[in-house]
Amino acid sequence: MSDENKMLEEVTTSEYKYGFYTDVENDAIPAGLSEEVVRLISAKKNEPQWMLDWRLNAFRKWSKMKEPNWQKVNYVKPDYEAITYYSAPKKKVGPDSLEEVDPELLKTFERLGISLEEQKRLTGVAVDVVVDSTSVATSFKEKLGELGILFMSMGEAIQEYPDLVRKYLGTVVPPADNFFAALNSAVFSDGSFCYIPKGVRCPMELSTYFRINAAGTGQFERTLVIAEEGSYVSYLEGCTAPQRDENQLHAAVVELIALDRAEIKYSTVQNWYPGDKEGKGGVYNFVTKRGICHESAKISWTQVETGSAVTWKYPSCILKGDNSIGEFYSVAVTSNRQQADTGTKMIHIGKNTKSTIIAKGISAGESDGSYRGLVKVMKNAKNARNFSQCDSLLMGDKCGAHTFPYIEVKNDTAKIEHEATTSKIGEDQIFYCKQRGLGEEEAIALIVNGYVKEVLNQLPMEFAVEAQKLLEISLEGSVG
Amino acid sequence: MLKIDQLKASIEGKEILKGINLEVNAGEVHAIMGPNGSGKSTLSNIIAGRDEYDVTGGSILFNKEDLMELEPEERAHLGVFLSFQYPIEIPGVSVTNFIKTSINETRKAKGLDPMPAKEMLKMMREKMELLEMDRKFLNRSLNEGFSGGEKKRNEIFQMAMLEPKLAILDETDSGLDIDALRIVANGVNKLKSEDNAVIVITHYQRLLDHIIPDVVHVMLDGRIVKTGDKTLAYELEEKGYDWIKQELAETV
Repeated sequence: MSDENKMLEEVTTSEYKYGFYTDVENDAIPAGLSEEVVRLISAKKNEPQWMLDWRLNAFRKWSKMKEPNWQKVNYVKPDYEAITYYSAPKKKVGPDSLEEVDPELLKTFERLGISLEEQKRLTGVAVDVVVDSTSVATSFKEKLGELGILFMSMGEAIQEYPDLVRKYLGTVVPPADNFFAALNSAVFSDGSFCYIPKGVRCPMELSTYFRINAAGTGQFERTLVIAEEGSYVSYLEGCTAPQRDENQLHAAVVELIALDRAEIKYSTVQNWYPGDKEGKGGVYNFVTKRGICHESAKISWTQVETGSAVTWKYPSCILKGDNSIGEFYSVAVTSNRQQADTGTKMIHIGKNTKSTIIAKGISAGESDGSYRGLVKVMKNAKNARNFSQCDSLLMGDKCGAHTFPYIEVKNDTAKIEHEATTSKIGEDQIFYCKQRGLGEEEAIALIVNGYVKEVLNQLPMEFAVEAQKLLEISLEGSVG
Repeated sequence: MLKIDQLKASIEGKEILKGINLEVNAGEVHAIMGPNGSGKSTLSNIIAGRDEYDVTGGSILFNKEDLMELEPEERAHLGVFLSFQYPIEIPGVSVTNFIKTSINETRKAKGLDPMPAKEMLKMMREKMELLEMDRKFLNRSLNEGFSGGEKKRNEIFQMAMLEPKLAILDETDSGLDIDALRIVANGVNKLKSEDNAVIVITHYQRLLDHIIPDVVHVMLDGRIVKTGDKTLAYELEEKGYDWIKQELAETV
């Protein structure tokens, strides 16, 4: 092995630093999935009949579906009978202040450097914390309430705003959309609901931290964001997970609805446990994220993916309305034996619709990263525009990077541009940095940060800082 | 300051340096001249700590410290600076960010706090003025899309910011037009002091019109074969290297 490879290996094979888990009592139902379990989940959550029917319908469809295997990843398929489909902390839901939150949980957030107190004080971000499928803390609700903004757990929304939920749930990602979306539709435990009224500009970033926190519990989050005409919202989602030995399935569904002239910015920093150096353990992250843009609306997805053993995720935009805009900015890091198959779909339906795709992959160790994207221009989408740029950065010579761009154009006025590059962090670059006084890790961090800058610039400031920290941690090793 | 003794090095089994002896004292400017392939760049890379060469013998002492025992960044922290013959591009990293990181990592190694932003900006402004550089330069990605001349000027700018004890300028003159050459040389002269030293590696006399060397060495086939004062450079410019080769042949 050359020195460069040895060095790269050292700095790219660090242990997962957020590997701990909090000891919170759980109220879980037995493992396995059946109609009974679906009924039980719905009953535990005291849901109305229509919601139960919706779940059952999804469950029946899921029972007839097959787990997909077209993606470029290899993994042991989960045993769906061994998963626990519901668990909630036993403490009372919905505290009025941080004092009422389980101190163990607060400690966890402090260890992650994202303590609620700090966030509240410094950033004014309203945080709806999702730990083990049930919201245990909601803040800033009142302030948002004054503007008519609803930001709550999905469970609460089903109780308090059933008409809104019923009107939009499953309209962008139908229950039978795909295997994992169907599973989620049947058993989703909780998630976030967000509603911005007409013409309202949400004054703060709405943020949710997800965290898997009980052994053997699959996590099935359901998020619904509705932006009424002319409104604006920036939504942040971030997560870290404690170390595990067995694989954990995470199959979330996120639906965004941007009505006429509305704008939704959805940012994710994902750091699920990636498994150990041999690839043992780690989270399977099979997520369906999709948004629909009505006339002159805009949806912008930004994601920084550093975690998970296997990632399978394509945040997409349906550009239904004329003059609507879709954007996708992504950084996907894989190291050790991680696998990621991620990208986006931009479906141009309306006239003068525009989309931008900037995807940056970083592969290290023996990992495999793939970009998979679809740009589809429908018959009536006159003057559709797309620009795609897919870059891959390789660290060492045992990793892989793949690009699968699909383009389908049915209107000849469309203008589609696609650029792709693959580069390697070179010995030259590292030596140059070292000659200027930077150590190996600092050099790699600097080069990587430069490479992903275009994407990180899309994130809100405080989130960008956290994302940068995560990138450094995921590529950091035993050196120094 | 720098004492190189019987340095031998090879790459992929091919011997490139065949016993280099060189001593540079504080306050001096040395020029190393020689044809392509004589080992000039190899020498500068080895001093800076590039590890693709096998050092097979000899030693390099820098202020009595054994450089061969140190990582490249540790050598940089001691004040060894190499102006690259081919500066490297780092996309997305601005000139400002790179220099800031560089200065603060060096300060950290010395147990100092990061340089206050205000102080750094002031210093950048002064050094840019010295090198007649445009402020816009600071926000550009490091060396990306730079012309040859801009790259070289950026190297000297970094040198000015880092204030090294020993600066090695590896063919800094190539790619520079006459005006840029004058500006760069002027910058180097202004930064010169009793406490630091400069090694200028070049093919041509023209840079030495502006940066006057105290000592000129001629390198041929992995050895320093002749050492003299600045007049040696003129002689080389006039007569080429063949007469030295001949002289050598006669001695053998």
